[in-house]
Order: sequence, then structure tokens, then C-alpha cells
Amino acid sequence: MEKIHLELTGVNMDFPTPNGSFRALENVNLKIQKGEFVSIIGHSGCGKSTVLNVIAGLYQATAGGVILNGKEVTVPGPERAMVFQNHSLLPWLTAYENVELAVKTIFKGKKSKSEMREWIEHNMQLVHMEHALDKRPDEISGGMKQRVGIARALAMEPEVLLLDEPFGALDALTRAHLQDSVMEIQADLGNTMMMVTHDVDEAVLLSDRIVMMTNGPAATVGEILEVNLPQPRDRIKVSESTQYNHCRHEVLRFLYERHGKKAEELTEDETIDETVVDSSEKSPVVDFKESQQPKNKVA
Amino acid sequence: MSTQSIESRTFSKADFKAFFVSFAVPILGVLIFLMLWSLLAPKVVTSLGAVPGPKQVYSQFEALVVEHKDERQKQVDFYERQETRNAKKLAKDPEATIKVRKYAGNPTFFDQIITSVVTVMAGFLLASLIAIPIGIVAGLSKTVYAALNPLVQIFKPVSPLAWLPIVTMIVSATYVTSDDAWFDKSFLNSAITVLLCCLWPTIISTAVGVTNVSKDLQNVSHVLRLSWWTHVRKIVLPSAIPMIFTGLRLSLGIAWMVLIAAEMLSQNPGLGKFVWDEFQNGSSNSLGRIMVAVVVIGLIGFLLDRIMLFLQKKVSWDKSVALR
Ligand SMILES: Nc1ncnc2c1ncn2[C@@H]1O[C@H](COP(=O)(O)OP(=O)(O)OP(=O)(O)O)[C@@H](O)[C@H]1O
Ligand SMILES: [Mg+2]
Repeated sequence: MEKIHLELTGVNMDFPTPNGSFRALENVNLKIQKGEFVSIIGHSGCGKSTVLNVIAGLYQATAGGVILNGKEVTVPGPERAMVFQNHSLLPWLTAYENVELAVKTIFKGKKSKSEMREWIEHNMQLVHMEHALDKRPDEISGGMKQRVGIARALAMEPEVLLLDEPFGALDALTRAHLQDSVMEIQADLGNTMMMVTHDVDEAVLLSDRIVMMTNGPAATVGEILEVNLPQPRDRIKVSESTQYNHCRHEVLRFLYERHGKKAEELTEDETIDETVVDSSEKSPVVDFKESQQPKNKVA
Repeated sequence: MSTQSIESRTFSKADFKAFFVSFAVPILGVLIFLMLWSLLAPKVVTSLGAVPGPKQVYSQFEALVVEHKDERQKQVDFYERQETRNAKKLAKDPEATIKVRKYAGNPTFFDQIITSVVTVMAGFLLASLIAIPIGIVAGLSKTVYAALNPLVQIFKPVSPLAWLPIVTMIVSATYVTSDDAWFDKSFLNSAITVLLCCLWPTIISTAVGVTNVSKDLQNVSHVLRLSWWTHVRKIVLPSAIPMIFTGLRLSLGIAWMVLIAAEMLSQNPGLGKFVWDEFQNGSSNSLGRIMVAVVVIGLIGFLLDRIMLFLQKKVSWDKSVALR
């Protein structure tokens, strides 16, 4: 019944660097159905953002390609809206104007002025930001900025919503609120969503499937885990279920075992490439622990 | 009651300090300078007598004001006389041809100030209108940047005064003046020289500002598929505004210095010519009058920069940064 909506086939991504080209992704294959919520998880620097950027069209895959609704995508477009890690709001515009810029560009000639206004306000309500329409980004908190970023992306009426660690910089409580909002919105609108995250609990709570990536260089899809819990989920109830804990355990096992294995391989045959990898790659274990530890205590 | 007393106490302490730093200290600095000046100036004796102290300079300023008023009065008188003469003529013979002549008096110190300010503004505005678009295009396109970069790098260090002879020659060859021309040749010479020195800092700063538009905002623009023009207006320009103003303020500062020198060198009307004429005069008042000009030049330069700062504050979206 369900058709393939978004498909990545044999995606390779090479970056030119001063020491020759650096292969970030190798042979990434993914099939995503309409309305699905997919998380991408993996160690820092493995290439999660790169996958999202390839889908968004901001990077051109060196080999392979992305197909959305049967058509190859090569350039960015609003049907693949992106929520950026650091909100990326225009600091000189108010929250309303930020969303307005997107709406005006996309619905020019399709919506009247008052329809646009309504549409902007509607999307701000979806993220519970209707009270701060006239505030500029530097006047609102990090969580609120991220909400506006989501509203802007939603207002584009995207077929696929791409979220790159949207809650990475937020505290645990704000993060939980925003996760609930995202679940609500997905239940309402049924968008296809792809989210990059560092957070195991977040991945399990939100996703239908979790894509676990191997470490770079030449990262690829390691395992894909189905989360068989009915949507929308309640974080308290779900956290007691065995399925939830099983999934969580699976992801953690993948991340820590994979990491150890890959590190050995690196020292054996890929020592040259190691020098090319950026600094974020050097201490993934530490980085991962940092983002995980407080969360584990909460859960 | 109690809150009031607390308020007044904090008021007196914090505000006194603020007042002290922002008013008392600068005034003290100026006073010390004036004192040293009046002490040391009489000790330096030139062929035109001792260097004038602040008091003499101020009296020269007053003299210049009086001269200006006299000149204006002469002008008014001249036109009155001309009018009555013509009226009489017409009363005698309604068909008579009457002559209306312009008053051709000497420009006063204050006329020269106006000339200089108008010239610098004209050159600066024109340069900005040219340089900002060029800077934006150069910042957006690597190709344009590569093409422009050598030219900018070579012309930037050239003293604008070196341009002056070339500008003068070209203007006198191409600009044919009639009596009722829009601009004088001398005005064009000065303004173009100012323009030439204003171009480079603005082009460079604008280009740098444009290249430094954050990658994230560029990605937003890509995802939205903004048109080139919207991209420039909504994303590039606001990001680059601080750098553009840095370039503009730099340009205007240089422009003002260059203009005075150009006026001295080429005898074009303006404050520079005033200074040069006084120097050539060599009367006992000359040094004092030149010092008045120096102070006025400094004050106007300061004022021009303040105006730019005010504009920058108006235009800038980021009100939180302290602009200096
Ligand atoms: N524009 C680029 N040029 C060169 N190398 C790049 C570029 N973008 C990413 N890389 C490299 O590709 C690899 C993957 O980067 P990517 O940003 O996708 O990692 P990530 O998984 O999103 O990491 P994080 O979790 O820290 O955000 C890294 O080693 C990085 O150095
Ligand atoms: Mg990333």
C-alpha cells in the first residue's frame, strides 16, 4: 500500500580538502514512506548533517542521488524545509516577519494578503508562539527561537521536514516541551519528518524508525531500528514499556559497540584519512557522553 | 519613604560616577589642553610674531564673524542700490533695458565652510552610490571580486592628491562651462578628487561584509529559493550594514582630510583655500585666523563622523552593540 516517498540510493559524498578529497558518506541507501518520522543518530562528525544537507539539496551528492515523489532533487527547495540547529532566523526581522519572508516567497500569487496573515498566525499557533509575533530573535529565548524556526519551516507546507539537531542546544525541560510540540504537529499534519539527533531518548520517543549511522569517514547506514509503539506517544507511559526500553538499549548498544569496532579499523587501514577528519571527530566518546549523561538521569 | 531614600542614594552614587566620566573628565581634558596652549604658545616666536594663544584665536574668530556680517550687509546694500536704480530707469522709460548683476564679493570664512562641506558631501555621496553596489556585487561573485581586487589594491594606496592634476586636466578638457553652468570647474575638481578617495574603503568593507554573510542565512535563502534581488535586499544588505558603515565612516574621514589638502593645493574655493590665502597674506593676524580654521576643520570632521554614527544607529538592526 504505502509508496516510497523519499529515497536515497547509493549516495556518496566527497568533500575537497587541502589534503585531497575526503569521503564523508559512502553508499547511503534509505527508503522513507509518506508521513513517517525517521531519526538519524550517530556519533559526532559521522555525517548526519551531511545526509540532511544532501536531501535538502544544499550539498550535491558525488555519486547516487535523492528521489522525492519519483523525481530527482538536486537543488534546494521549500518542499524540503529545514529546521537548522542554530535556528537561523534573520536577526533583523521579528518572529512574524521571519515566517512572513518564507510565506511571501512561496505563496506569492497563491494566497491573498489576509490569507497569508492567517497562515502565518496559524503556524505560530502550532508552535505556541502567537504571543511573541513582534519580538526579534535576540529578544526571545533559545527554545522560542527554535519554535519560530519550526513555524517557518512548517509554513512552507513542506513534503519533508528536515530537522538538524533542532533541540541540541536546549535544556532538558524545554527540549521535552518542544518534542511534545513536534509530536502534536506530526499527528495533526502527518508530515514526513527526518530528524538528526544526538539523544537516544529523543530518537526513541519520536521516531517510527531510527537510522543508526556508522562512524566516518565513509559513513553509511549501519542498522535501522523500527520503534513499534503507537503514535502519538506519551513520554511517561512510553518510558515504562518494554518496547521502549528495548529500543533504547538497541541504540545504545549499536552506538557503543560500533564505535569501538570502527576505531580499531581506523588504526589499521585508514590512518591517513584520520588526519583529514575535523576536530569534532577526534573525541566522539566524550562528546556523546556529555549529551547523554544528564538525559539518562532524567529518564 | 524608604524606597525613595534608597533610590536617591543609588541615584547619587551611580549617576555621579557616570556624570564624572562622561562630562567632567572630558571637560577637564580640554581645560588642561587650553592651559598648556596658552602657557606655551607665547614662547614660540615666528616671523609673524608669537604663536597666538586661545584668547587671541577666539578674538580672531569674532573678527571673522564681523567680517562675514559686513560682507552680507554690503551684498544687501548692493542689491538695494541696483533695485532702486532700475526702478528709477523704468519710471523714466518703461521700455528701458535693465541690467541685473550678481554681487561679486569675496567669500567669507563662513562661505568657505559651506563650500567645503557641500563639496565633501557631494563627492562622498556620489562615491557611496557607486561603491556600495560594486562592493555588493564583488562580495557575491568570486569572479567579479577576482577581477576587481588588483585594481582596488593598486588604487587604494594612491594619495588622492596625485589624482588632482589628472582630474583637473580631464575636467577642463571635457567640462565646458558657460556662465549659468550647474557646477564650477573647481567644485567638480574637488568633488571628484574626494570621490576617488572615498571609493576604495567603501568597496572593500562592503565586499568583506557581503562575503561574511553567515552560511546558515545563505542556506535559508537557498531553501526558500529567494530571487537574487530579494536575497540581496533581505539577507545580504542587513548582514553587511555594519561593515558598510565602517567603510563609509572611514571614507568620509579621509575625504574631509583630502578635501582640505586639495583645496590648498589647487586653490579651489573652500577652507583649504582660506588657510592657504592666510598663509600667503602673512599679516600679524594670519596665524590666529589659520588656527580658527584648524579648530573648525576638526569640529566639522567630528560632526560629520557623528552624523554617520547617528545614521548607522538608525539603520542598524542590532541596537545592542555599542557603536563608537
Ligand atoms: N563543507 C565541508 N567540507 C569539508 N568537510 C566537511 C564539510 N561538511 C562536513 N564535512 C566533514 O564531513 C564529516 C561529517 O560532517 P557532518 O557535519 O555531517 O557530521 P555530523 O554527524 O552532523 O556531526 P555533528 O553531530 O557534530 O553535527 C565531518 O568529518 C566533517 O569534517
Ligand atoms: Mg551536524
